[in-house]
Amino acid sequence: MPSLSELLGRKRSASTAKDRLRVVLIHDRSALPPGVMDALRQELIEVVARHIDVDRHAVRVEMVQEGRSATLQAEIPIKAAPKHPSSE
Amino acid sequence: MTGRVITITSGKGGVGKTTATANISAALAAMGHKVVCMDADIGLRNLDVVLGLENRIVYDLVDVVEGRCKVRQAMIRDKRLEELYLIPAAQTRDKNAVAPKDMVRICDELRQDFDYIVIDSPAGIERGFKNAIAPADEVVIITNPEVSAVRDADRIIGLVEAEQKGPAKLVVNRINTDMVERGDMLAVADVLELLAVELIGIVPDDTAVLVSTNKGAPIALEPKSKTGQAFRDIARRLTGEEVPFSTSNGNNGFLGRISKLMKSKEGRNA
Repeated sequence: MPSLSELLGRKRSASTAKDRLRVVLIHDRSALPPGVMDALRQELIEVVARHIDVDRHAVRVEMVQEGRSATLQAEIPIKAAPKHPSSE
Repeated sequence: MTGRVITITSGKGGVGKTTATANISAALAAMGHKVVCMDADIGLRNLDVVLGLENRIVYDLVDVVEGRCKVRQAMIRDKRLEELYLIPAAQTRDKNAVAPKDMVRICDELRQDFDYIVIDSPAGIERGFKNAIAPADEVVIITNPEVSAVRDADRIIGLVEAEQKGPAKLVVNRINTDMVERGDMLAVADVLELLAVELIGIVPDDTAVLVSTNKGAPIALEPKSKTGQAFRDIARRLTGEEVPFSTSNGNNGFLGRISKLMKSKEGRNA
C-alpha cells in the first residue's frame, strides 16, 4: 500500500533506505570479489555464442534475491536461428 | 531437566542486546521458568549493571572456565526473581580467555538445572560471537530499523546459518511509530522483507528503557509498560506460545503485510 507521501510523489528516506539495503545485501550475500560478475558475463557470452548467434549488447547477468538465497539469472537474447540445428 | 540455550546477538553494537537479554530473561523467570543469563562479553561486562546486580559479583565466567570456582559459585541470584540467576563476564580479561568448547561444557552443566540459559553475545563476528553461539539451541538477532544495523543483522543471519544454528529469529528494537508513519523509518515489514527471517518481537523506541536501566530494574517487570509487554511477548513466543503481534507498534496495514510475508516464506520452504 503506498503511503501518503508516495501518493504525493515524494520519496521518503525510509524508501531510499530500503532500496539501498536491497542492493547492498545482494552483494554482501553473494560475497563475490569485484569484477566476477563482468567476467562471468563475458564468459557466458563466449560459450553461448559458439553455438547460437546472440545479441551481445543485450545480455543481462545478475543476482536475484529470493528469500535468503540468491539466484544467478542470465538473460541472453538470440539474434537468429541456431547455426547448427540439433539433430537429436 | 534439559534446558534450552538461547543466544541473543546482533553483529552491530548498541542495538539493545544486553537490554533484550536482561528483559527476556526476567520475563521468562517471571513466568515461573528457572533461568540463568550469561554475559559472554568478556572485557566489556554490562549485563550485571543492567540487571542491578553489579555489587554482588564474586566470581565470573572466566573463573569458571579456568577452574577457580564451580559454575554454581559464579551464579548471582536476582534481587526480585527467585528463579533468575546471572553469570557475569570477566572485566579484566579478553575474549580469548574463553573458547567455544568451554561454553558448550558450561551450558551442558547448566541445562541440568535450568529451563532456559540466555546468553548475551558481544558485538562483532569474532571469537566472542563464536563463543556465544557455540552452545545455542536457538539464536535471536536484535536489530534496529536503521541501515547499518539491518546490514549487520543480515551478515549475522548468514553466519548463524553457516554454523548450523539457524534459522535465526528476529527482534526489531526501537521502532518509532511516528517516524514509520512519516516514511522516515524502515517499517518492521520492510526489515522482514529484506532479511527474510522469522519475526519474534517488535519493541518500541521508549525512553522509559533508559530510566529502567538507570535503576537496574528490567522494564519487562513493569506490568503497565508497553515496552515491558513487548519483551514479555518475546519470552512467551520463545516458550512456543503463539502470541499475536500488536498493531499499535507497527505501521499501517502491518498485520496484513506480515501475514503475506509469512505465507510467501512458507511457500518457498515447502
